[in-house]
Amino acid sequence: MAGTGKTPTTPLWEVFIRSRGGLAHRHVGSLHAADATLALHAARDLFTRRGEGISLWIVPASAIIASDPADAGMLFEPTGSKIYRHPTFYEVPEEVGHM
Amino acid sequence: MATTSIRVAETPLVLYALRRADDALILSHRLSQWIGRGPTLEEEMAFGNFGLDLIGQARALYAYAAAIEAAGHDEDDFAYLRDASQYRNLLLVEQPNGDFAVTMLRQLFYSAFADFYWRAMMTSRDATLAAIAAKSEKESAYHFSHAAEWVIRLGDGTAESHARTETACEALWPFTGEMFESDAAERELCEAGVIIDPASLRAPWRARLGEVFAAAGLALPSPDRWMQRGGRSGRHSEHLGHLLAEMQILPRSFPGAEW
Repeated sequence: MAGTGKTPTTPLWEVFIRSRGGLAHRHVGSLHAADATLALHAARDLFTRRGEGISLWIVPASAIIASDPADAGMLFEPTGSKIYRHPTFYEVPEEVGHM
Repeated sequence: MATTSIRVAETPLVLYALRRADDALILSHRLSQWIGRGPTLEEEMAFGNFGLDLIGQARALYAYAAAIEAAGHDEDDFAYLRDASQYRNLLLVEQPNGDFAVTMLRQLFYSAFADFYWRAMMTSRDATLAAIAAKSEKESAYHFSHAAEWVIRLGDGTAESHARTETACEALWPFTGEMFESDAAERELCEAGVIIDPASLRAPWRARLGEVFAAAGLALPSPDRWMQRGGRSGRHSEHLGHLLAEMQILPRSFPGAEW
């Protein structure tokens, strides 16, 4: 985890912002802070300066379980040939109308 | 300096607006001096944001002072073409940044007051001041919250951070009494319902600081200690002159310069 080893007193935190009611929180970046409260303050000061959001989530970067890029072939490539999983693959009969 | 200073007709309301605007502008300038020197990128951005909030408050108050003075001055004239003796800010906000503890404690002392002050001023009979208060209150509330979190961590942190915060408190405390004072000009506005009496905020301010200091493991100095005054009437520490020289050199040397 970048940063966490080098700065033990200010670990890395990931920041998520909900831009409007009804939308999901979206990852916007990361920051260093000593604890959760200061991380929330820093997220406010770094990432919401231009009215970007109405809600913040802060997650310790160490709590995120990430897939290994070396496994990308095994994990993600097989899906490339399964075009029938997209709804656009199927023709909807005229009689059905709007679903 | 090349350009002479303006003369301001300080009616009670003009004087009032200038005092509050000067508080915001000078504190904003102090915070801007951290840019490029912050302990972390995150905290430097916080100082920058606070400074911009305060610049916005200063601009609104200068614009209002200009409108009621009606002498053809604008915001820039008030900021750049007055000498230290014409500045009406609290001595507290012109104190040098010192270390991180000094800057944070200065911010705590001022914002704990400003937050209560602007909240109370939202009921002003003066619609412009009430509107400025409503905007400033939200900003000050965050400044207080942020400064309080840091002072708690500094006081309750290492022996070094605790000692530095105590030293900062000793240095800044004598400048806190001035926030609650008013003179004849302000009492007149107070009686007319235009402004509130800052003395009414002394007890809540102290109670609020008491909570922060208790959590920080710091002792709140006695309210009876001797207090410094003079900023409101233009008697400043030498620090303000240096600050203004830096802030005003460009517009004074090149009047009307644009870039």
